[in-house]
Amino acid sequence: MLKGKGLQSILMLFMVMTLVFVAACGNGEKNTANDKNSGAGGNVSSGTNEEVAANLSGEIKVDGSSTVFPLTEAAAEEFGKENKDVRVSVGTSGTGGGFKQFCAGEIAISNASRHIKDEEAAKCKEAGIEFTELSVAYDGLSIVIHKDNDFIDHLTVEELNKIFSSESTAKTWADIRAGWPAEEIKMFSPGADSGTYDYFNEAILDKKGIRNDSAISFSEDDNTLVQGVAGNKFGIGYFGFAYYEENADKLKVVPVDGGSGAIEPTLDSIKDGSYAPLSRPLFIYVSKKELDRAEVKGFVKYYIENIGDMAKEVGYVPMPDEKYTEEAAKIEA
Amino acid sequence: MSLLEEDTGRKQIAQRRRMDFILHILFVICTSIGVLALMALMVDIIMDGIMRFAPDLFTNYPSRRASQAGMKSAIVGSLYMLLIMAPLSFILGVGAAIFLEEYAKKNRLTRLIQLNISTLAGVPSIVYGILGLTLFVRGLALERSLLSGALTMTLLVLPIIIVSAQEAIRAVPKARRDASFALGATKWQTVSRSVMPSALPGVLTGVILALSRAIGETAPLVMIGGLTYVAFLPESILDSFTVMPIQIYNWISRPNEAFHELAAAGIIVLLIMLLLMNFAAILLRNKYQKNV
Repeated sequence: MLKGKGLQSILMLFMVMTLVFVAACGNGEKNTANDKNSGAGGNVSSGTNEEVAANLSGEIKVDGSSTVFPLTEAAAEEFGKENKDVRVSVGTSGTGGGFKQFCAGEIAISNASRHIKDEEAAKCKEAGIEFTELSVAYDGLSIVIHKDNDFIDHLTVEELNKIFSSESTAKTWADIRAGWPAEEIKMFSPGADSGTYDYFNEAILDKKGIRNDSAISFSEDDNTLVQGVAGNKFGIGYFGFAYYEENADKLKVVPVDGGSGAIEPTLDSIKDGSYAPLSRPLFIYVSKKELDRAEVKGFVKYYIENIGDMAKEVGYVPMPDEKYTEEAAKIEA
Repeated sequence: MSLLEEDTGRKQIAQRRRMDFILHILFVICTSIGVLALMALMVDIIMDGIMRFAPDLFTNYPSRRASQAGMKSAIVGSLYMLLIMAPLSFILGVGAAIFLEEYAKKNRLTRLIQLNISTLAGVPSIVYGILGLTLFVRGLALERSLLSGALTMTLLVLPIIIVSAQEAIRAVPKARRDASFALGATKWQTVSRSVMPSALPGVLTGVILALSRAIGETAPLVMIGGLTYVAFLPESILDSFTVMPIQIYNWISRPNEAFHELAAAGIIVLLIMLLLMNFAAILLRNKYQKNV
């Protein structure tokens, strides 16, 4: 009796567990089946684009900056439609994290929102990984303030430095420019791991680092920064142009004077570089060894040739056409 | 004298009753704060996400256009991971619990192991991510694959499963074991035919709750390289993968409002999955409680 019941129970247990898994599995397979009809499956060739795709196949691993991610995602999505056998995957480990994997030879392409650092390049060299740097689009770091803030008409680079620098002792807006209210400054900044922070640190703060006291809040999530500035009448923050564009009704963007007059970030001023020093190029780094693979070369070529049209859609600014031609030549070199 | 005593007695009773009433209200408030917070969350998420809760969400791959984006690869990735993880963590976890409760001598070493397991159960999940990165991704060269992810998650839930399985086994009356031994059964016969069947409901509940914690975890998987844009389904356990929480996190951190709605819809899917798992736990428990 006892024996029968015990065995039965254990058998039942495994049966139930298997059932749960089979059910789970079934779901996945049903999805695959559904998708075969719509032709979006990773390894299904629908026939319509066969002649365009020179039958490329293989896996391309991309990782790195979350700022560049939307661009690479857009390129991978469109490229995937024409080359169904090429499996592109994109991660968001951050610029630094991306280079770490890139120089360990784990990925083919690294997304970066800044240039590679010397020590990172040294690591790559040590591992025998040669690379090509390609710029893919521009981003304008936007300085934003509360919608109802009416005393700031523009900020100079020195004033920004005075606000954010680790050496700054400024506490209120009156410390920044005479005549401004003696209200405490509330700052919102991306975290130190992000390429956005690195760029700001380099362009505005002379690499002295951002202040770290009770007046500043850090977040890796740009939407949190948007909310922070939108909720603080005396707040100020900075992040990518796309986040300002989507939240233009809640925020006010500050024109920045880099020495030749106050310029507001717009598609045009970022593109022609007059929004200086805060318009920055975004990059992908491609391993030269990986470029020998036809699918990687195909993908990178497609990326450079088409990203100009897609950049605006994901909130970035396309580079001038001749710049793309220049970058495309680098792939062949 | 006696009148006075009676009076203080009555006063004391009234006071105790009042105290009881106040505490009663206090506990009701405690409960309702938790429930209300959950309700608020659900209502908020459903209001945001219900519009996007459409077939597209299940059949489309991620896209830069919110109107075409889905989380097919993430849903399938989560399910596959569960598939690898569940048997592994069940066998390892329950095995360890049986050893610790039934076979191990109650000495200092066992207590040390016990203490370690309890501590591990409280270790932040990101630490398991670092462990998985060194051990599985780099050490065993499994790369950033589904298998690495599943193994890391197995490590993450093991301590929870061991502890809950131990509790369940410990709750089996000693008389059952004694009776079994008295009939001449060996240790394994006793464990497999007498102890486990009656501990099973508790063990299963623990396992399923631990697994439902695992499908909501993001941090360790980000660490070992769960990817964000994956427009294909994993074909082998060594393939790249993504899971639902990673996809949701990516959507919520985008500038565009439409993606925030997608994220809410993704959260609805995740919540439904969690509810189903908890429901399964209850069903299983009821079934086995009747049998034993």
